[in-house]
Amino acid sequence: MLSPLFQSLPLLSLLIWAPILGGIFVLMLGERQQEAARLFALVVSILIFLLSAWLCYLFDNTATLMQFVEHTVWIDTFNINYHLGVDGISVPLILLTTFTTALVVIACWTVIQTRVTQYLAAFLILEGLMIGVFTALDAILFYFFWEAMLIPMFLIIGVWGGPRRIYATIKFFLYTFLGSVFMLVALLYMYSKIGSFYLFDLYRLPLSLAEQQWIFIAFLLAFAVKIPMWPVHTWLPDAHVEAPTGGSVILAAILLKMGGYGFIRFSLPITPDASAAMAGFMIVLSLIAIVYIGFVALAQQDMKKLIAYSSVSHMGFVTLGFFIMFSILEQAGSNTDAAMGLAGAMMQMISHGLISAALFLCVGVMYDRVHSRQIADYGGVANTMPVFASFMMLFAMANAGLPGTSGFIGEFMVILSSFKANAWVAVLAATVLILGAAYTLWMYKRVIFGDVANEQVAALQDVSLREVSFLLLLAVPVLLLGLWPAPLFELMDVTLRHLVEHIAQSKIN
Amino acid sequence: MLITAEILFVLPELALLGLACLTLVCDVFSNNPNRRVTYWLAQVSLLGVAGLALYLYPVGTVAVFHQHYILDPLSVALKVTVCVASLLVFAYSYHYFRQRDLLQGEYFVLGLFAVLGMLVMISAHSLLTVYLGLELMSLALYAMVAMNRESGTAAEAAMKYFVLGALASGLLLYGISIVYGVSGTLVLPELAAYLEAETDNRIMFLFGLVFIIVGIAFKLGAAPFHSWVPDVYEGSPTAVTLFLATAPKVAAFAMAIRLLIDGMLPMHIDWQGMLVILALLSMAVGNIIAIVQTNIKRMLAYSAIAHAGFLILGILPGLYVEQGASYAGALFYVIAYVIMSMGAFGFIILAGGKDHEADRLDDLKGLADASPWFALVMLLFMFSLAGVPPFLGFWAKWYVLKEVVAIGYIWLAVLAVVFSVIGAYYYLRIIKLMYFEQVETAPRLSADTGLRVLVSLNGLAVLALGFAPGGLMEICSRVVGL
Repeated sequence: MLSPLFQSLPLLSLLIWAPILGGIFVLMLGERQQEAARLFALVVSILIFLLSAWLCYLFDNTATLMQFVEHTVWIDTFNINYHLGVDGISVPLILLTTFTTALVVIACWTVIQTRVTQYLAAFLILEGLMIGVFTALDAILFYFFWEAMLIPMFLIIGVWGGPRRIYATIKFFLYTFLGSVFMLVALLYMYSKIGSFYLFDLYRLPLSLAEQQWIFIAFLLAFAVKIPMWPVHTWLPDAHVEAPTGGSVILAAILLKMGGYGFIRFSLPITPDASAAMAGFMIVLSLIAIVYIGFVALAQQDMKKLIAYSSVSHMGFVTLGFFIMFSILEQAGSNTDAAMGLAGAMMQMISHGLISAALFLCVGVMYDRVHSRQIADYGGVANTMPVFASFMMLFAMANAGLPGTSGFIGEFMVILSSFKANAWVAVLAATVLILGAAYTLWMYKRVIFGDVANEQVAALQDVSLREVSFLLLLAVPVLLLGLWPAPLFELMDVTLRHLVEHIAQSKIN
Repeated sequence: MLITAEILFVLPELALLGLACLTLVCDVFSNNPNRRVTYWLAQVSLLGVAGLALYLYPVGTVAVFHQHYILDPLSVALKVTVCVASLLVFAYSYHYFRQRDLLQGEYFVLGLFAVLGMLVMISAHSLLTVYLGLELMSLALYAMVAMNRESGTAAEAAMKYFVLGALASGLLLYGISIVYGVSGTLVLPELAAYLEAETDNRIMFLFGLVFIIVGIAFKLGAAPFHSWVPDVYEGSPTAVTLFLATAPKVAAFAMAIRLLIDGMLPMHIDWQGMLVILALLSMAVGNIIAIVQTNIKRMLAYSAIAHAGFLILGILPGLYVEQGASYAGALFYVIAYVIMSMGAFGFIILAGGKDHEADRLDDLKGLADASPWFALVMLLFMFSLAGVPPFLGFWAKWYVLKEVVAIGYIWLAVLAVVFSVIGAYYYLRIIKLMYFEQVETAPRLSADTGLRVLVSLNGLAVLALGFAPGGLMEICSRVVGL
């Protein structure tokens, strides 16, 4: 299917480095060329999105091996390679990344007025680094992108954020940095055994259960902070509330997914036995996140904080989907059932990426007009912004997991596979459908419905064409994935089955 | 071997001695207030010496002068590092002193003699040669700290440095005398051979070893022998601080390698334990106390203590060739640290003006608005010192940790990374001041073009080596002999 010309094109490198170089170019334009910088960033981000769409088109979803592999020696002395490749897990995440970055560039068009070029450059560079995380096949290369990504995010929150931005961004940086360094030690430990950082060498490395458990814990510290899981989630509400709208969108849509990606790419296949041994613990943590954080979200006064807690709660489904698999395997369930939990978790990641991005953008739209995120400052917005209200209705429903939206599919699949393992877990997890509906729709009711609360709300202008465009761009995939999720599952199916087969085998020698 | 033939192997040192004297004489007879001749002569000398050292690289490993002096790949690498680092430091210093009308030819002459001392330390192959080089370097450095006669703090710093330095030298010498008294030899490999065979006088050796370690720890600025570092770094003129923070670190590293690995490898069980304590204490003291500093030079001094701790961690593996573990990580670390700290102190010189030093943290407020490019360069240095990829500092930490994990000290690696996360906080604070704080009147940079280019190149080097550290790693591991 691939013609030789396409095969020789380093598509993944292009996806990583084109945005980074674009970002550097934007930076060099200087503050006086704001309009040019905006246009250039928009063009670059759209081109990158098209490129990733093309990647998705060329991707062969029947192959189990990594595709579009690029391999160049990077540090010869220590067998570290610039090794890239994608499979059914990374392709959807790459698409999500390029899509959201383009949205963020559109969304900041008139909102950001200070240091515009630096803002755009930060997002473009961040995009390249995030794609790097999703494509790296060498653990050190992965770590390289994983950590480097903190720098632009640190600046985005710190420079363009709200009043408590400095506290929030330093907390964000130190939290995630502390989590990741343990992963580095774990990687070095495995390197001292086999002398390679290649992901599939690590997959094959036999390890005793004790070793696996230590490595699992080291990985857990890195990924749990990113996802974030209860009880290491406390940086997220701060970071979300203080970040500018674009920062919140990227944070919710992609950075959190990196934690999930880390689990599925590192923890599960490298330490399958430890994952199985600690699955119960992980399921409990996930359930606490789902139920307890759901209640916490119910009590929030600040819209962004509410969505942040809702993110933690929804991401609990992702970890639940990953680890419920082990109960199924233990009860001699089929690999197909186990793969369903994984597929549900993946679906939940993509869908949550879209929905949380949409909700943050909705809050951003209101914030730009009223300069408040407090629920109490609003009321009756539907009277003055009817078009906006209907968009937000869709996203609120999706967040509550209404059938027909993408939010339903992932949660439903995870609950379904939980039933196969343990009915009680499923029942507890299903409460999120009620809780989610409660906090989202209650917020929606207080903000959108009712009488016009104050003069500021009365003076609101409905969404502009630019705002309609990005809300529409998000509404389409949310509905599309909700009604017809099959293409996404087909994309991931073979990879996930292959992964489950690998995980089901013990690595203890 | 004939003495005359042996002289060829110390050609770099002899050349430097001659050139340093020539520079001194030229400076005396020069009445140009810009000291252009002195400066360029010093620079040419350093370049020439580096070239000579490289020229001798193919010789391989040769010990001359009755085994007191050695020429090996490690010494060549370190000599070139010291010369190039000093060359760049002189370039920074020239701008610094000229801007403040403090230019004195003695700075360069003393600097050259200090470099000569370092070269001797690097090539030392006996206890006595180590001491000789150390004293030559230290005396020159004491005088350099006191260069600015008008400044009270500089005089205080010099006094402190001198008294404590003399004490440390005394302790080192005491340790050396004990070791010599028991083993009857000064030459390092003979000492190692003696230690290999002899097991009776272990306790005496241990006694001597403790004093030797104290001497090394003092010169590296490791806790608990660090109390001079903050005062001297803060009190000295920034250009001298820049010098102290770079080349002498390399020399101190060489001293540690020569004494501990060349001379006392059979006792590595004993010194490893001591180094673990030094490393942990340094990382803890450095990283935690740096958080409360309000003066950048003082903060970077505590950061230097923390980095000394990491460097010691890198020396810990010694030379386990069969496990593929070695002190190559420490070698990489010290070179990386020289490049990064040169940039950070160079930036302070750049940010300062004719009559003020930009050494308070508040001086950096709002810099990202006033000078986006240099704020970005400083951001590179800070993230690099914190050990965040994609910068050089990450690979330095990576390499050391890899060696430490390879010899099985995983708990130590875990503690080290936790301390480096604590350390990240104060580097982030500098970035916060530059980027997140707005001020009415942002500081304007008044530095000349040469200095701007120098700092920019230094920043780009940190970035470039972050993306392509392979070459330097290759050199380090090959020089160590793996």
